[in-house]
Amino acid sequence: MSSVKDLIAKNQKGGRHKLEKAVPVGLFLAAIISVLTTVGIVGTLIYETVLFFSEISFREFFFSTELQPLNRSNPQFSILPLLSATILSSLIAMLVAIPVGLTTAIFLSEYASEKVRRTLKPMVEVLAGIPTIVYGFFAFTFVTPFLREIFPILERTNILSPGIVMGIMIIPMVASLSEDAMTSVPNAMREGALAMGATKLEVTFRVVIPAAISGIIASFVLGISRAIGETMIVTIASGSNKNLTWDVTQSMQTMTAYIVEVTSGDAGAGTTIYYSLYAVAFTLFVFTLAMNMLARYITKRYREVY
Amino acid sequence: MATEYINLERVKERMEKRLLLNKALKYVFLASTLFGLVVLAVLLSDVIVDSWGFLTSDFLTGLLSTSAERAGIRGAIVGTVWLMIIVGPVTMTLGVLTAIYLEEYAKKGKVHSFIQTNISNLAGVPSIVFGLLGLTVFARTLGLGNGVLAGGLTMSLLVLPIVVVAAQEAIRAVPSHLREASLGMGATKWQTVKNVVLPTSLPGILTGAILALSRAIGETAPLIALGIPALLIPVPTNLTDSFTALPVQVYYWTVDSVLTAEYANLAAATIVVLLVILFLMNSVAIIIRNKFQKRY
Repeated sequence: MSSVKDLIAKNQKGGRHKLEKAVPVGLFLAAIISVLTTVGIVGTLIYETVLFFSEISFREFFFSTELQPLNRSNPQFSILPLLSATILSSLIAMLVAIPVGLTTAIFLSEYASEKVRRTLKPMVEVLAGIPTIVYGFFAFTFVTPFLREIFPILERTNILSPGIVMGIMIIPMVASLSEDAMTSVPNAMREGALAMGATKLEVTFRVVIPAAISGIIASFVLGISRAIGETMIVTIASGSNKNLTWDVTQSMQTMTAYIVEVTSGDAGAGTTIYYSLYAVAFTLFVFTLAMNMLARYITKRYREVY
Repeated sequence: MATEYINLERVKERMEKRLLLNKALKYVFLASTLFGLVVLAVLLSDVIVDSWGFLTSDFLTGLLSTSAERAGIRGAIVGTVWLMIIVGPVTMTLGVLTAIYLEEYAKKGKVHSFIQTNISNLAGVPSIVFGLLGLTVFARTLGLGNGVLAGGLTMSLLVLPIVVVAAQEAIRAVPSHLREASLGMGATKWQTVKNVVLPTSLPGILTGAILALSRAIGETAPLIALGIPALLIPVPTNLTDSFTALPVQVYYWTVDSVLTAEYANLAAATIVVLLVILFLMNSVAIIIRNKFQKRY
């Protein structure tokens, strides 16, 4: 009969020992894939963007107003029309998502009974699971015709309808994150205010929301980031006019929709249009990355500890 | 008679006002919560009404056609299945290994927090940017073209953060006394992970994997960026064949509905198929979670 000591020695000499050494290395290599993905994204975006700016000046890209990539005699590349459409559609989306999302969070965390909350919350969250292409279809075939009945001046493709539908898509995100922030406010604070004679409404607006404000603002910032990066709804419903305007009834193209148009067209590799794709994508990437990091910073920096 | 310092009438009035406002706004908040559900109902009924009569067995099994009456989505269904076959194993493997590394092996330090930050940042990158990564790296540099493999790998990277985060949570939920018991019996670290931690956290991992897969099935933008066509292409039979998927088909039909009105109906019918698949997958995820959820 072999002693335990022998067994241990055998274990350490045999393949098992080697396996124990090899496993962490293998796991590390798998974990590195996600880092490589980021490197790949940043690398390709920067590489082609640099090539773009060797042909087009910074000034033209950021300060001129015309975007006419397909104009053969005088192609012009300004990102401003795309930026105005992106900002406008995100703004409309947040005008829908912030009030509805926040009041939904208030209802679920402060007013609803546990039973009601458990039924309604997952139902609201279904909205987040619907593919964006379905929202695009909805915006194009239902919301736009519906809005045109009310406002006949609305063009067949416009920025208003996809903006609203994006807002609806973002409601669950704002509601869910704000609700998490509000439910983590300790009950003792609510009870203290209620004992002083405050109504539930006053408790909500003067105690709970101020205490949860960092989480709530972070949810807004993440919502904006989501709206900026959303692609299919705007591609389908906001058209492809490269308009620098603030008129929501008009057809406009966002940054994401421009990327879709150029990749699905036949811009051959090496042309200026092809490089412009990466310059726009890089701008989009920087915007959303900044937003996501801001949201993380807000939650970390201003998290109140009770 | 002593002066009344407190005007009881006024106090009562104000109190009633405050209570009334509280009650009124409660219903406003409720209405706002229901708003999302009303829109959801409108959206679903709109899609179902539009698809009425078009969702036939010929539609499900037919091939794409230039005529709206004869067009079918067999190619798109097969393409979506191909995507699942690639995305499922690739993200499961990479995601679970990454999660094991982060939770069980990595020392909490700079490397750990760097990878962790990186993963959460990746989760916020717009999907169209992943499409460009796929186009540049898989389609052009590695020469995979716009085939099934290029599409599948692009989608795998896109949903990888979802699997990693879900797997991390599942692994973290395994109580440490289980690990200690295993180690105490003389098992090595990897044996403990393989035989104790992984089986215990499997339901949570599977739930995350299914949710990631259902995200991949509904994503459109990366595939469009890869240049996935919805032309009359044959049903894919191997990894480099070009393909189309359900959401891509919805996109082209929706855009083309300006030319031929029936295309909107075809798009709606395809959406119904897509939503049914997503609904089934989510149900499976919920069943797994409820059935195997254990509290320690």
